[in-house]
Amino acid sequence: MFWQKEIETIGRKALEELQLKRLKQTVQRAYKNIPFYSDKFSKLNIKPKDINSLKDIKKLPFTTRENLRENYPFGLLAVEREQVVRLHTSSGTTGKPKAIFFTKKDINQAAELIARCLIMTGIKKDDVLQNMMTYGLFTGALIMHYGAEKVGVLVIPAGPGHTKRQLALMQDFKTTTLHLTPSYALYLADVMSNEGLDPKRDFFLRRAYLGAEPYSEETRKKIEKFFSIDVFNSYGLSEMNGPGVAFECMEKNGMHLWEDNFIIEIINPETGKEVAEGEKGELVLTTLCREAMPILRYRTRDITMIIPGKCKCGRTHRRISRIIGRTDDMFIVRGVNIFPQQIEQVLMGVKGVAQNYQIILESYDQMTVRVEISRDLFDGRIEHLMNLQNEITEKLRSEILVKPKVELLEPGTLPVSEGKATRVIDKRTL
Amino acid sequence: MEVKQISVFLENKKGRLWEALDVMAKAQINIRALSIADTSEFGILRLIVPNPEKAKKALAKSNFTVRENDVIAVGVPDKPGGLAGILKILTDADINVEYVYAFVEKSGKKAVVVLRTDSISKGKTALKKAGVPVLSAEEVYSL
Repeated sequence: MFWQKEIETIGRKALEELQLKRLKQTVQRAYKNIPFYSDKFSKLNIKPKDINSLKDIKKLPFTTRENLRENYPFGLLAVEREQVVRLHTSSGTTGKPKAIFFTKKDINQAAELIARCLIMTGIKKDDVLQNMMTYGLFTGALIMHYGAEKVGVLVIPAGPGHTKRQLALMQDFKTTTLHLTPSYALYLADVMSNEGLDPKRDFFLRRAYLGAEPYSEETRKKIEKFFSIDVFNSYGLSEMNGPGVAFECMEKNGMHLWEDNFIIEIINPETGKEVAEGEKGELVLTTLCREAMPILRYRTRDITMIIPGKCKCGRTHRRISRIIGRTDDMFIVRGVNIFPQQIEQVLMGVKGVAQNYQIILESYDQMTVRVEISRDLFDGRIEHLMNLQNEITEKLRSEILVKPKVELLEPGTLPVSEGKATRVIDKRTL
Repeated sequence: MEVKQISVFLENKKGRLWEALDVMAKAQINIRALSIADTSEFGILRLIVPNPEKAKKALAKSNFTVRENDVIAVGVPDKPGGLAGILKILTDADINVEYVYAFVEKSGKKAVVVLRTDSISKGKTALKKAGVPVLSAEEVYSL
């Protein structure tokens, strides 16, 4: 099933022609209406007319998160204030937030992309979507909400938290589809088990859309198995509309990134140079359809790669792999680059480990991984715990090439987040 | 009925042992015997109490990770060589002892030894055959 079959299955050549046409318009508008970009263009000694092919995008300046902050609140607006109908902000843990504006057309376009995504996963009008993302300044819930309404499914704007109420809503209104963060999905699974609820017997779930936090394939499998559902990976960021930038189809092998709306580049975060197709790097996106806030070459800080080859579903828009990490999340111990997701992947593959974990960085050559044991595993025998501890240590060492200290914790010790989870605690002083 | 022992997983955190024992105190549970097995990162607290079900519930309610196991309790004369004699019987019968701890009963005449063998039933049979008084759950709990 397709929402916009023609554009979703457009031939590569026609797609690239469309991209070039839209890129030229975007560059023109950014140059003309946003002083930040006209200044950058003059410094680089370029003009919009220098963009004559898609390859010329490399001539354009990058836009960083800091640039968005520096231009807060109205600096990057390309239209009259009166044309803007929606403000979202992307929270910064440090400093100012980033302001993201939408015109009416922008909201509609973001919702169209969500509609493509949802239809791609087999959703129908009689489905019920319980939206457990945060409503408000964060784009996660509202953009999904608008897209789902466009498709015509029943949307329950539950927001996150209030887990018992969530469960009641899911039962009373026969929710089939969830939109939530991976850590909340795991928490929900935990609460269901503790309440003696059986996801298959007591609920009507068919699928879940997981996004807003990077998570591993192991976690996906764990969630799919527990709830007996299909889990689809969702990618988006507020700076690029929010959710719906890229999404998995039924093949569940990478997320189709809507290339008629965004130009993809994958770069080496240190050199800024494009990497070869299929190699890991930082995702850089250029908006092609945004009115209120066109953004050129945005450094997402998300690490991914292009999945080479055609997808069986028939969509021609290229796929990116699940987010392997964030350039910010990466930490270095003993000179080795490590992403929290690598650790998560190992832990989820070990029997006897609960879902919650924490990484403590005490010094530049020592890290501690704190893991909750699962209640069922504990049989009162200390050898079993020691074996588990050794198994985790060894598996981590072979994955990240650094031998961590592994601490086993009582279940429920680590803070459970109902939003984004904090996995890494860096105690090192700079 | 077998003698029940409560095992509690303790992570290496200041005050965690006290917290477990405080739960027992607040639930008005008298501890008959106690032992701790530990490594540098975590430990297991083992308890013999008159009301294992109640203890288990109280601990679980306070979010402790708890498991109940069967153990063997035997009465040993409180004099040199008492415990060694018991272990000799089990060694001769080729039965592995996972851990052992002991306490002296109130009158001071007898020591009570708590044993965990790889097979509880085999351990009990061997001890009974050698004439060692294996205590019932009721006897242990009422000590």
